[in-house]
Amino acid sequence: MTADLPAAPLQIVLAWHDWLDLFAHYLVISLMSVGGTIATTAEMHRYLVEQHGWLTQTQFNDSIAIAQAAPGPNVLFVALMGWNVGMNAGSYAAAAFGVIVTMVGALLPSSVLMLLAANWGHRNRELRLVRAFKQGMAPLVIAMLVSTGLILGSANGNVATDWPLYTVSAVATLLIWRTRIHLLWLLAAGALLGALGFL
Amino acid sequence: MTDAPPRPRSLADLFIAFTLLALQGFGGVLPVVQREIVERRRWMTQEEFIEEWAVAQTMPGPNVCNLALVIGSRFFGLRGAAVALLGLLLVPALVVLTLGSVYSHYADQPRVAGALRGMAAVAAGMVVAMGIKLGATLRKHPLPLAVTLPLAALGIIGLAVLRLPMLAALLVLGGAGCVLTWYRLKP
Repeated sequence: MTADLPAAPLQIVLAWHDWLDLFAHYLVISLMSVGGTIATTAEMHRYLVEQHGWLTQTQFNDSIAIAQAAPGPNVLFVALMGWNVGMNAGSYAAAAFGVIVTMVGALLPSSVLMLLAANWGHRNRELRLVRAFKQGMAPLVIAMLVSTGLILGSANGNVATDWPLYTVSAVATLLIWRTRIHLLWLLAAGALLGALGFL
Repeated sequence: MTDAPPRPRSLADLFIAFTLLALQGFGGVLPVVQREIVERRRWMTQEEFIEEWAVAQTMPGPNVCNLALVIGSRFFGLRGAAVALLGLLLVPALVVLTLGSVYSHYADQPRVAGALRGMAAVAAGMVVAMGIKLGATLRKHPLPLAVTLPLAALGIIGLAVLRLPMLAALLVLGGAGCVLTWYRLKP
């Protein structure tokens, strides 16, 4: 399967302390990932590509693009990066190990914190402070969602050429808001329009 | 109103629900969580969803994973949290890794790139629509709409137009929302 990495395949050797270092790095990234793991991509790039040279720039970019396009949470780009580091180290076993090291590292500390916070919040849910926090955040939560959608929908930012994309986004917004049509039908329609060259 | 609110029947039910919703989540799982867990299965109300999401969003970690942990633990404790998270990640990870392995062969195809663009445009609409739907819950908010709507509008301007860092929005607008709500709630 070396044909999968045609452009300058990277060959690296990872010792046990390198794996440990990788794991430790992702543990720290997990704690820094307020606003989502994607917010820490710059730090991952510095570590994996610039400092250690364990991933090529292309592998790094493709990992993010594929995870965004594929089903599932976007955090799976971390799994792809771990996989590619392992493949660069020379085997499928190393690749699978890379997935486990990076994903467990990226999720363990944040998950423990989240569960502690959720349990504390649930036990103290009648506290005025807890209710004020959970309900008081609602306007901003809604603003964050709408903003995320707007930013995703204006990725290229060229109105002259992107207006068909904006139209698709706007129609999808209306249909999802006002109807109960299944999301997969809309995604399929979008994929079809794009594949036929309309977008 | 004698019916108990719906809930997952078993850990397997929880796992399958999260696997299925994750597999529908192209370009973002959050709208699908809202659609499946709140609207279709009714395991949570819109208000509960927003409240838990506020916590999931302000804690470190991927928001959707955090949300899955809370939903799972609410029904089955620690085991439920682990099962929901695994459901969200396990099968999609296999799909992503498979796609990653074959991707390089098709990356240059204009039809593939076009299809991805189309799906991304729909996904953007999904997120906006979810924001609008959840916006309707502000009618039941302790604060009046005259306060919550301007707060939300300022947030959209700050984040989407001015591209301010999310941390700033969380501290200033989130903080303002919390303080105002705190005063509004009866002690």
